[in-house]
Amino acid sequence: MKKITIVSIILLAITITNNAQKIKGSDTVLPLVQKEAESYMARFPSARISVTGGGSGVGFSALIAGTTDIAQASRRIKFDEKQKLQKKGHTVKEVIIAYDALTIVVNPKNKVKNLTREQLEGIFTGKIKNWKEVGGDDLKIIPYSRETSSGTYEFFKESVLKHKNYMNGILSMPATGAIVQSISQTKGAIGYIGFAYLNKSVKPIHVSYNSGKTFIAPTIANVKKKTYPIVRPLYLYYSVKSESKVKPFIDYILSSTGQKIVADEGYITIK
Amino acid sequence: MKRIKKIIEAFIEGLLTISGGITTIAILLIVVFLFKEGIGLFKSPEIEKGYQLYVNTENKIKDLSVQEIKHIFDSDITNWKELGLKDEEIMIFRFNEIFNLYTEEELGENYELLPEKLAEIIRQHPGIIAYLPQQYAPIEKNGVLGLAVKNISPIGFFGGKEWMPTATPAPLFGVLPLILGTLLVSIVAILIALPLGLGVAIYLSELASERIRKTLKPLIELLAGIPSVVYGFFGLVVIVPLVQKTFNLPIGETALTGSVILAIMALPTIITVSEDAMRNTPRAMREASLALGATQWQSIYKVVIPYAASGISAAVVLGIGRAIGETMAVLMVTGNAAVIPSSLFESVRTIPATIAAELGESPAGGVHYQALFMLACILFIITLAISILAEMMSKSKHNKGL
Repeated sequence: MKKITIVSIILLAITITNNAQKIKGSDTVLPLVQKEAESYMARFPSARISVTGGGSGVGFSALIAGTTDIAQASRRIKFDEKQKLQKKGHTVKEVIIAYDALTIVVNPKNKVKNLTREQLEGIFTGKIKNWKEVGGDDLKIIPYSRETSSGTYEFFKESVLKHKNYMNGILSMPATGAIVQSISQTKGAIGYIGFAYLNKSVKPIHVSYNSGKTFIAPTIANVKKKTYPIVRPLYLYYSVKSESKVKPFIDYILSSTGQKIVADEGYITIK
Repeated sequence: MKRIKKIIEAFIEGLLTISGGITTIAILLIVVFLFKEGIGLFKSPEIEKGYQLYVNTENKIKDLSVQEIKHIFDSDITNWKELGLKDEEIMIFRFNEIFNLYTEEELGENYELLPEKLAEIIRQHPGIIAYLPQQYAPIEKNGVLGLAVKNISPIGFFGGKEWMPTATPAPLFGVLPLILGTLLVSIVAILIALPLGLGVAIYLSELASERIRKTLKPLIELLAGIPSVVYGFFGLVVIVPLVQKTFNLPIGETALTGSVILAIMALPTIITVSEDAMRNTPRAMREASLALGATQWQSIYKVVIPYAASGISAAVVLGIGRAIGETMAVLMVTGNAAVIPSSLFESVRTIPATIAAELGESPAGGVHYQALFMLACILFIITLAISILAEMMSKSKHNKGL
């Protein structure tokens, strides 16, 4: 009798681990996918999903090594990552599950309201050093950045700095929350944060990507109209081979229930 | 009965020997692992693995330093004549741009036409510098030249002043700002914590009444139990604005802020260890001193402190160890700007904070990963040097004291 119980427990454990979906990757996407997974598991009690962070790069290398079923990413898969997957015989599929807008923020006491992309590039590469050069007070500009390893850092570099490097010795904070805290305390500060983190202690800047012709406020409406320029999609990647296993969960995220969670978490829905 | 006892004793002895051996082996393994990964850095190429820079042969360029590559790709240098070459506008070409020029069909199913197209582009533009994967490297003839890839040099690493580990195409690993930042923050922290800690220790061991001692000491020991991230958070919300207002600075995340937090964190260690050492002074010695007519203060600094010198230096070493290795709290309050600090009121980046912030996302086995291991080696050597120094100091002092 005892033996049978033990064997059945082991068998059960094996089937559970077999059904468990592993999702790994970007820390930006992590809270969202975690919420989706919780809600999915509450809906389908037999489903097992484990979600872990580590960064977009970590997610892709896990997908290549076959230790995860889905890679979550805040950037597109890189060319060489795709090559490595193809070498292993995987064809990857890409799904956009939500959008995230980056908001440029300054201290509320700062009277600067609008900045062009060129001005932002100058500020973050260290060529513009004083707020009076962009129509503000005579005050030193203190740019805050995320840590070099984050996907947000890379995206900002790509979209705003046009691949140029950040200035040497930029202040870098380990988390977005710390950036908000520092900017609310420092008068000359400027930084970039995910749209979901925006609150009253910092002031959002209107951005222009057409050399100052129009300045767009970072609002959900503008993001949906596609007029706000600093927007990035959040992705899930999976191998076609495991499609049957992961499809139900991905469909759930894309369903209206799943997209409601996207909106609740402060991201922008795909429709 | 006796035999059983003997067997048990032998067994316990054996167990102790084995555990000692295992600990030693574990420590050695960690050190070997650390250095093996770290040294690998100097066998890695300067440019991201698998990539190379290509130019047009009309361009008589021999090689480019890491700094020059960075300036070119940041558009700080826009003409080849700035590097002493022909007057020709620099054209930067990144690999992904090829997909804007050609559709995937035009490049062939498995991109077999890619090398040819890339070579064509390079041939057409004499001022080009292209950053391409070696896998699709254009054949190096008819006007295409691949620049030789050098390995990362120890001089550039230990003497470099810029830490930009994710810069493309060539990351910059200059550890000087990190080493100096770590030393500055830790030394100032110890300078703040040592007098304060010693003062409290003397008060507790010599002057305070039994009741005060019994309430104060557990409270101080409690300080050591607070997680460092809580100190960091406290520092970010309380000390950062305080420093900023007091010294009227543009930013509050400075080396000084880090030092203050580290001093607070090192205090409990310094106080408890040195207080224990002072209380261990034999009663006979104190009484002898007092009997000779010395005042209480005289016997404290002529008898108690010299006697406790080795304990006090142990306290200092433990305090410095805590300060140099501390990660989370410093990561949150020093601003982490990788520049060589010229004053206490500037933001600094320490070695442990750099490792903690960057290791998670650096691809395992890559250059960035190896560079972080090299940083860990440096940290290890610094702490090793400090403890050897302290050992030597405490030995010589102790002998004099007796």
